[in-house]
Amino acid sequence: MTESIRARGPWQLAFERLRGDRWAIVAAAGIAFIIVVALFAPWIAAAVDHSPEAQFRETGLSPSGIPVGPGREFLFGTDGLGRDVLVRIAYGARVSLVVGMVASGLAVAVGALVGIVAAWFGGPVDTILSRLMDVVLSLPFLVFALALVAVVGPSLTISIVVIAFFSWASVGRVVRAQALSIREQEYVRAARSLGAGSLRIMFVEILPNVAATLIVYATLLIPSAIAFEATMSFLGLGVVPPTPSWGNMLADSIAFYKVAWWFVVFPGAALLGTTLAFNVLGDSVRDAFDPRYEQTIVLDSETPGDKP
Amino acid sequence: MSESLLRIEHLIKHFPVKAQVLFGSRQYVRAVDDVSLEVRRGETLGLVGETGCGKSTLARCIIRLENPTSGRVIFDGHDITRAPDTELRPFRQRMQMVFQDPYSSLNPRRRVGSIIGDPFEIHGIASGTEQKRRVQQLMDLVGLNPEHYNRFPAQFSGGQRQRIGIARAIALRPDLLVCDEPVSALDVSIRAQILNLLADLQKELGLTILFISHDLSVVRHVSNRIAVMYLGKVVEIASAQELFESARHPYTRALLSAIPIADPDLDSVREQIILSGDPPSPIEPPAGCRFHPRCPRAEALCAVEEPALITRLADAMDHLAACHFPVKDREPLVPAGKLS
Repeated sequence: MTESIRARGPWQLAFERLRGDRWAIVAAAGIAFIIVVALFAPWIAAAVDHSPEAQFRETGLSPSGIPVGPGREFLFGTDGLGRDVLVRIAYGARVSLVVGMVASGLAVAVGALVGIVAAWFGGPVDTILSRLMDVVLSLPFLVFALALVAVVGPSLTISIVVIAFFSWASVGRVVRAQALSIREQEYVRAARSLGAGSLRIMFVEILPNVAATLIVYATLLIPSAIAFEATMSFLGLGVVPPTPSWGNMLADSIAFYKVAWWFVVFPGAALLGTTLAFNVLGDSVRDAFDPRYEQTIVLDSETPGDKP
Repeated sequence: MSESLLRIEHLIKHFPVKAQVLFGSRQYVRAVDDVSLEVRRGETLGLVGETGCGKSTLARCIIRLENPTSGRVIFDGHDITRAPDTELRPFRQRMQMVFQDPYSSLNPRRRVGSIIGDPFEIHGIASGTEQKRRVQQLMDLVGLNPEHYNRFPAQFSGGQRQRIGIARAIALRPDLLVCDEPVSALDVSIRAQILNLLADLQKELGLTILFISHDLSVVRHVSNRIAVMYLGKVVEIASAQELFESARHPYTRALLSAIPIADPDLDSVREQIILSGDPPSPIEPPAGCRFHPRCPRAEALCAVEEPALITRLADAMDHLAACHFPVKDREPLVPAGKLS
């Protein structure tokens, strides 16, 4: 208490609220589990001795060519080509998480930058950037994705770029609206009167005040990016087979849904569980940052040494 | 004492109003309309006027948060009216502002230490432990516990926050401190402490202060000279003592009579002037003297000719008033025969 008193900031307060939220803990645990599965996918493959792309025509398919169900050899059964569904789901998690996090990170970074720049400079800069956001928000996602993939061919990178491209504008709009009100605050005037330049005001004064929004958006964009990626892979626009992704597994399973329920249920459950966990966590993060809960916890009731 | 640090010459600031009719000439709010002032080195010049009379706009034009429409701002012999940002930087170190609202003038997401350290950082004067040492020195100087370096603004009271704002403003030892209503957002019990702090700092650092307020009683305590503004214009300027003893402008008289006096006996016998109506719109100010529609002494001339800001009656050379019919010493504001 006598050294230097380090007060808990809004971030720490939000984090403490988050820790007290039971659903947030459950969701975070679920996400942690999926991350572990993705990280250790090669170990899982080694443990069951099935590589994700190996086809087990002898053991993995019945004599009539039907996938075999969950059992000792294949815990989650096999797919139409006799590949291990469990191993493929583990590898698919890597794709989903990479796409989800990178695309959402890109979208939030671009959205924050465009939103703050538009609000701070105003005038023609604002007009151009705002109209640009309107245009992006009004483009039809699937048509655009189809056209782009038709031209450059499907790949993981293209998926990420397309998803980020379609997500940043909604972040940009919200950030711009917030930054517009922040730039009229007197502390921004104070910074200007001290001689601070545009860059410093945008990043030191405005950015910390929209950071909570950015965190919330980043968390909520991850599940929608994962779902986007699954959609694209399902339509053959995303990850190229034989590389497994939850979306192309679901696409492959359509032909077998009557005879091989495990082929539909396990990738579907993985997708649903992951997006659900991220959505629940995102909601909790938003609640934790909600200004209605914002209060400062005073460390000690007496504040000696300060004159009123 | 008489050397001028800041000179404002015919400063005008008009803000365009959004046109309400499709056709028709563009309208302007004449926030500051031809103001000339001089702030002398080492003095405190009080600037008073009603809300909306252009005091804050004038302050912002002086420290170039707004670009004046026309006129000149001369700081220590340099014309900074049109200086670009890069040329302005050295002057930013020498003139600082204390803002009205201690709540919105501190970034809620930043720690107090880094807020007060801003001036050092922006001008590349000190960083790291040296910056921390100087910030803590400043906090001590303005009466804050230097150990609270790592706190957030929300953890301080209004008065303490204003001390933080003052610490930030004096960090670079400016010559001129523009205080825009520094105590009007504070509890009455805290005001005197902040005013005393400003007075102490002025003595210690040799500051020149432009003190803006709508409250004459506050300005009286801190100012050497006082300027009174009405609707974008300076109507009277004099030394503090002279303004209180022999105000010439009816508007100044009205403001003076509105200061509460604690003694009820004295209060009941003194002249009470209650102005009727609101200040006119600064978009279309009245012709002639801007005060004439509310002035109890107004005559036909007042509606036609704008009075010049000059020395009236037998006043000191630096006592200027803009009135055709200045009030004489001990003369009631409304002449006996004119009571309606």
